[in-house]
Amino acid sequence: MATSLVRRAFTRAQSSIPAARLVITRAHASEAQAQKSEPTRTPGTNMKTFQIYRWNPNNPQKPELKDYQIDLKECGPMVLDALIKIKNEIDPTLTFRRSCREGICGSCAMNIDGCNGLACLTKIESDSTPSTITPLPHMFVIKDLVVDMTNFYNQYKSIEPWLKRKSPPEVPGKEILQSKSDRAKLDGMYECILCACCSTSCPSYWWNPESYLGPAALLHANRWIMDSRDEYTKERLDAVNDEFKLYRCHTILNCARACPKGLNPGKQIQNIKKLELLGA
Amino acid sequence: MGVPRVPRLSGIQREVLALYREFLRVARVKSGEDREQLVHLVSSEFRRNSKEVDRKNFECIEHLIRQGRKQLDQLKSPDTTGFSSIKVNVSSTTQTKHS
Repeated sequence: MATSLVRRAFTRAQSSIPAARLVITRAHASEAQAQKSEPTRTPGTNMKTFQIYRWNPNNPQKPELKDYQIDLKECGPMVLDALIKIKNEIDPTLTFRRSCREGICGSCAMNIDGCNGLACLTKIESDSTPSTITPLPHMFVIKDLVVDMTNFYNQYKSIEPWLKRKSPPEVPGKEILQSKSDRAKLDGMYECILCACCSTSCPSYWWNPESYLGPAALLHANRWIMDSRDEYTKERLDAVNDEFKLYRCHTILNCARACPKGLNPGKQIQNIKKLELLGA
Repeated sequence: MGVPRVPRLSGIQREVLALYREFLRVARVKSGEDREQLVHLVSSEFRRNSKEVDRKNFECIEHLIRQGRKQLDQLKSPDTTGFSSIKVNVSSTTQTKHS
């Protein structure tokens, strides 16, 4: 049974020889890697150090990076698993936000090895160099990895993220329908979970966190501007048409690199800028 | 010119004083018993922190100011009547109480 399957695959691959070669060489490479890495590992354990930012407001000490050693063989694959393991087994005072552990709540946003991301979606690097985990950059720390999101949420609130209508719906008490193409315009925006990874990776946002809305809020502003059912498009465009609120975006595009959901806030901000030009 | 009688306050000291006065101003709006309790709690909290926190510990002072501002915002809402405090064995924490 198995041999026949292999043969069939091979005959199919013969028609495109380079592809088949590529597959074969890859298989060999991974095999060699596996063999090489086997003897270097000490049997039974695979220790990894995590350097985690610690600061407690009730303790008059400076913030510090504290080392924790973890056996990766007894730990899940994600950074969040390691954090939970540390909190359960080594240091119960370690504080961090977490909820869904599958990248849909956005609670566990933090800076892992210098890159913003969700701890639950970031794999632990398997090499033996220590991993550094710090809170989101340029946010006020409440404790350890927990940051103050008040300003971020207030900015989101300021763009009025809800459907606003001037006319009542055609059929009272029923939903307002939307064509498939109109719905497709919201793809790449509605997925945003407001984890703040993008905003806190943006140098422009670091220097003007109060006046510049930041990629996340502007992405949501664009989400409502592009919504076919929303009738306050003009007012929304006017509300963000501001030297600081919108035009502090210099298309650095750190936001697109940081986004754990693979969105591109920079592109959406560009769309707002385009509409501002067309409207003016 | 000699030493000035009134010590010149640093920016952060003025911020703390402004926050304290803002708290007292908000307390005046609240009704009788709540106000007394609130004034007492706010002043004791400020006095306690002024003793406990080292004056050079800017991180901690700034953190307390931010925390205070947040509580002040909650207190400003007319639905909030006052604070209630819980004593924890390490240090006391304040929590807002909604009515």
